[in-house]
This record gives sequence, structure tokens and C-alpha cells, in this order.
Amino acid sequence: MPTIQITGGRIIDPSQELDQIADLWIVDGRIADGPAAAADVVVDARGLIVAPGLIDVHVHLREPGQEDDETIATGAASALAGGVTSVACMPNTLPPIDTQATAEFVVLQGRRARQANVYPVGCVSKGRKGEELAGLGQLVAGGAVAFTDDGSPVSNAGLMRRALEYSKMFDLVIMQHCQVMELTVGGVMNEGFESMRLGLGGMPAAAEDIMVARDIRLAEITGGRLHIQHISTARAVELVREGKRRGIRVTAEACPHHFSLTDDRLRTFDSNFKMNPPLRTAEDVAAVIEGLKDGAIEILCTDHAPHAREKKMRELDQAPFGIVGLETLLPITVTHLIEPGHLSWIEALRKLTINAARLINIPKGTLKPGADADVTIIDPTTTWTVDPAQFRSKSRNTPYAGWEVRGRAHTVLVDGEIRHTLGGIVREVRSGGSPA
Amino acid sequence: MSTAPSAADSRPPAAGGPDSEPAPPVWTRKHLLGLEDLSREEILAVLDTAESFSEISNRSRKKVPALQGRIVFNLFFENSTRTRTSFSLAAKRLSADVQDFSAQVSSLSKGETFIDTAKNIEAMGCDLMVVRHPTPGAPHLLSQHVSSSIINAGDGAHEHPTQGLLDLMTIRRAKGNVEGLTVALLGDIAHSRVARSNIWGLLKLGAKVILCGPPTLVPKAMERLGCEVAYRLEDVLPRCDVINVLRIQFERQQGGLFPSVGEYSQFYMMTQERVRKAKPDLLILAPGPINRGVELTPEVADGKHSAILNQVSNGLAVRMAVLYLLSGKMDAAPPVD
Ligand SMILES: [Zn+2]
Repeated sequence: MPTIQITGGRIIDPSQELDQIADLWIVDGRIADGPAAAADVVVDARGLIVAPGLIDVHVHLREPGQEDDETIATGAASALAGGVTSVACMPNTLPPIDTQATAEFVVLQGRRARQANVYPVGCVSKGRKGEELAGLGQLVAGGAVAFTDDGSPVSNAGLMRRALEYSKMFDLVIMQHCQVMELTVGGVMNEGFESMRLGLGGMPAAAEDIMVARDIRLAEITGGRLHIQHISTARAVELVREGKRRGIRVTAEACPHHFSLTDDRLRTFDSNFKMNPPLRTAEDVAAVIEGLKDGAIEILCTDHAPHAREKKMRELDQAPFGIVGLETLLPITVTHLIEPGHLSWIEALRKLTINAARLINIPKGTLKPGADADVTIIDPTTTWTVDPAQFRSKSRNTPYAGWEVRGRAHTVLVDGEIRHTLGGIVREVRSGGSPA
Repeated sequence: MSTAPSAADSRPPAAGGPDSEPAPPVWTRKHLLGLEDLSREEILAVLDTAESFSEISNRSRKKVPALQGRIVFNLFFENSTRTRTSFSLAAKRLSADVQDFSAQVSSLSKGETFIDTAKNIEAMGCDLMVVRHPTPGAPHLLSQHVSSSIINAGDGAHEHPTQGLLDLMTIRRAKGNVEGLTVALLGDIAHSRVARSNIWGLLKLGAKVILCGPPTLVPKAMERLGCEVAYRLEDVLPRCDVINVLRIQFERQQGGLFPSVGEYSQFYMMTQERVRKAKPDLLILAPGPINRGVELTPEVADGKHSAILNQVSNGLAVRMAVLYLLSGKMDAAPPVD
């Protein structure tokens, strides 16, 4: 493998509390301790940020079953284009990832694609039916890094309790899509003033709050690890904060759309603003940002949910929930969290790297010597316009089309291999090595 | 490309005397999607135009050539014989060719979207689509995918602008003015597109709006629009100049929003006894079809306070006015060899 020297970049590695201008050396696919004899490839990172490869713990890759929306290969390529070197993919596929074999299929397809690293998340319940526990141990053997029935919640409190208890033997986290389904029947958006104005079925914030409260209590009595997915309401953020204060093992993630968009966007009736949990009010957005600032929410992720155009081009109640997010994660974070001063670069990157790695127990998210050389080189100041036609994802369902944003992944390395670059900074200095 | 007539051209044949001032160019829209978007001036423009059209209905020859050579499609993805008939008749009186297309959304779900359906219809030649759909925003979505003018004839629980306009016309005719009146909307506000169009129209024309019904059907959030929310009909009756009795949308209930029809009627049905508690000149509207014995008693429905039949004839005039005003914004018909 070529020896790579990334020169002159601002290295920000939250795992080491590092923020300094320095060179980074990569030898044999790993971060090296210091300068190697000579570099085969030099990457000129002056004016750029050199960070551990970003990790997204919440993506939907649709394979197996819905390959017209996305495949593991296209989803992992989309991740790379967004600066994400590792993704954890949700098991609500057809069939669902609820056995060792299906988990192994995802791992295999991820390796074949050779884009971002792909880690399967297994189902909590068999068939995602919410009735009995899936074979969690076998899923772990197949490569699963966490468990969830995402797409829907584990509604049955008894089953959720058992999942939190049983998963302790692997010390893996139960990720929960928090929603009391009885309160969201027929809902397509947040319940409140805007849904009333539009005559659309609403999903009240309380549907999320109640489930978050229930599950935190279940995590407390079991000692299991609970992770709140795509948190979106002010009260839920408060509940997580309170749970942490009491020493309960609860973590939470937030998605860019929940800190950059509000439910009044639905006035356009554009299904690209239809997601679950829905866009909430300005107060909720402020609370999510506050939670990101004070650490109640320690992870940023996308809930990348690709849907082919013909599925989204439907009446609002027929169109599926969800938006793609991998290629806008970084710029929306820069534009809505870093530039307004809510988070510093190191704080934002912590939520995108080491915290995410720790959540799913993977040895990633760090530039410590010896670590896998997953590196994202970020141009922090470039301004560009989001153009869905340029997406590497198979799907185009984004609410950010036409937005002018700041910050972009410039060059991305996985296992010491340059797998994505906008070009211009990579220079081969010695023949023999062959950069990708 | 604009073949739009000047403001003066926009006036219907019967409108305005020779000495009237030129009207400001208030109507510039290609579509009528809802009353929320319309300004007070635009609403008044429709009402004034409708007044001049209502005169045509009294002529022996009930036809004007305004839409000659135009094709109007009624695209109904939800049944409504009344509204469809009213639009058809209005279009025919303006000499348009009218074609009906009805489909249940369920029968479309085998691959073809309603946008595909509309595009096909447009390919057959269509200038104006009157769209009724069970989903809020469906006409808005369509307006982005076809080049015809779109009239929203009811989109789910969102809006029903021509119903709102005909209610305004009926109130204005009976009371002389809308401004300063107190108008109660009674019943199922949550699931009512008529309520939403009425609220926007009434507020823009300066009425006070009270929303009355059980809390499960009357969202408190509506107060933020500038309405009063009340749960006890007895409390608001004495203050009302107009009560618009909305239909209980049994088909839209997810169940359990009120205990029983009997209990609903006990608290909210307009009866003679309740009418007596109101102002002597109370005007009662009810957008059809009404459930007699649920929302109002037969005596009230057919009584002297009821404007139900006026609403029907005003509906025709309002729909003629809307078709007429939009026709100036349609693309020019292609020349015939
Ligand atoms: Zn989810």
C-alpha cells in the first residue's frame, strides 16, 4: 500500500483533544506515528481540516428488497461523497436483518462495494414484528453492531425491557425509534398549529416524549444501553438530559433536518419535508440545538432514507416518510451549528466521529497511531449549492435542493485508500504506489 | 406570451356601468388553490364578479360565450355530485366544453399516480382542471406538474375555496356586508375544508369568527389564526349574526372523537329552541349535504333563517366567476387550421 503524507492541514481529532496544524502520515493503511521514509502520495491539505472519517450511525441502505431506492453500494458511495467513512445501516429491509445470514449479507455487500465501511444493525424483534426477541447473539456473530426495529418502535414495553436486559451480555446498544403509535395514527407531520392550518393529520410531540420517558425508565431498571434515535422534541431532549444526570445509560442522536427546518415548511405540500419523526416547531429546533450544545445529544447522524422519485412524487399522505442526508450532513452541520457559533469544529466533529464509534463499539473515529486510516479532509469555507442531480445516492429526495451551504468533504480515505476526492490536492510523488 | 386581458377586460359582461371607475388589476392568478393565499381585494373581485353573473341565471337564455372553445375537466378523486354538477353547469353557462373524470384513489394505486392521470387528461386537451381530492395539497402538487389552470374543489380537510366564496356571497347578500359580523362555524372544524376556507375568507373580510364544537373536533390551535374557540353553543348563540353548520364527516372520523351521534346532537344540533336564543335575524348556512336530525332539525333547515338554497344558487354564480377570472390566465387556445 502507498505511504501517504497529508501535509499542512488543521488536524482536528476529538478522540485526542487535538486541534493543530501538522502533517499526518499513513503507512500500510494505518495512521503512522511519525514521518515515514518517503511518501508515495502527498495530499496538500493547507487551509483544510483533517479529521477522522465521519461515522453515521443511522442510515437506510434499502438492500435487500428495495434496490430501486438505494443499494448498499450506492448508499456507501453517497456516504463517501459526504465525507462519511463508516455507516451503520438500519434493518428495516425486505427481508429485515434479523438473522445471522442477513447480517452477513450486508457485511459482504459492503465489502464488495469497497466504498464506506458498512455495519449492519440487527432487529430487536423477529421480523420487526415487535413480538419476540430476534436472535441477538447470532446477529452479533453475523456482524451486527447494535439493535433496533427502526422504522417503527418497539411498542411492547415488556419486549423492550427484555431487549435492554438481554443485550447487556454483548454490551451493545438498543436503538429506539421513540413513538407511541396510538397517538400518531394517520399523521403525516407534526401536530400543532401548522397541521391544523393545512388540514393534515398530525403526530404530537407527546408521542415521542412518552416513549422516551418509558424507555429511559426501562434502561434504568435493567442497566441496559438505550439510544434515542432522531430526537426531535424539546421535552425528549430534557428527558435525556435528566436521565443522564441520574446516571442512566442513555444516549441520543439528532439529524440535520431536526435542527435546520420547522414544520411550517409543509405549507408547500412538498413531500421532501415529510419525515418521521416529523419536522417540529421552532421551540423544538432550539431545544435540539441546546441539547447538542450541552451534550444531552452526543451524536449527529442523518437517518438517510432514500426513496425513488415516483414514490415521493405522490400526494402527501401517500408519499413515504424520509429524506436522503449523507451528502448534506456536513454542510448543514457547518451552516446551522458551526457558523452560528452553537458548536466549535471540535465539538461538532466529536459527535460525528468518536462518539458515534463508541456508540456502536467500532474501532474507528480516531487518528491515533495504529488506527485504521479513515480520514475525511474537509474544506471548511467553500460555499456551494446543493444540487440533487449530483448526488451519488440513487435517490434525490432532499429538502435542501438549491440551498447555498458552507463546508464540504474534499477528500476521503478509507483504510488508507483515497476513495473520494474533489481533486486538485492529491499528488503522486513516487511510482509504484497506486492511489485509488 | 401573456394573453391576459387588462383589468377592464377582466370584468364580466354584465359588470359595471359606463361611469364606474376602472377596477384595479386585482386578478392575476392562474390557479385558485385556496382562500388563504387570496387578498381581501381578490376575494371581493370574485364576489363582485359573481354578483354580475347571478344576473345571467335569471335571464331566459342562460349562456354567455366567455369560455367558448375552452375545455374544462372535472377531476374528481372523491365523490361529490353536488360540487361537480355545480362546476359543470357553471362552465356550460360560459360555453365551455365540460368533461368529467372520476376515479377512486384506490383504483389508481396500481402504478399510475394521480399526476399521471392528470397529464393524460391534459394530453387530450384541457385548459382548466377542477380538482377534488381526499389529500390536502393534491391540487397544489398538480399545479406544479401540468400547465392547465387548477381550481381546488376540495382537498381533504384543507380548503374548499369556492364553498368559502359562496358562503361569503350568501352572507354578504343577506347582511349587506361581512365586516363586523360575528360568524360561528359549528361542528367538525378539525376535519372540515369548508371551515378552513371560511375562516380565511371571513377574517380577511373583517368578520369575527367563533369556532364551536366539542374539543375533539375544534382544535385549540385555531385561536392563533385570530378565531375564538368555544365548546358550549349556548354561550355563543346570543352573539351570532351567522351560524354556519358544518357536516359531521363520518367518513373522516378515525373513531371515538365523540361518544355518539345522539350525544353530539344533544349539545350542538341547531333546533328551533336554540334559534330562539339567537338574534332575531340569525342567518343559518349549511354546506350540503346536511344530515337532518344531526346537525340541524328539518324545521330549521327549511325555516326562515336558513339560506341553504341560496347557497346553492350562489355557488353557481361564484363558480362562473372563478372560471371566468381564471380563463384570462390560461394559455391561448391553439389556432385551428
Ligand atoms: Zn426512525
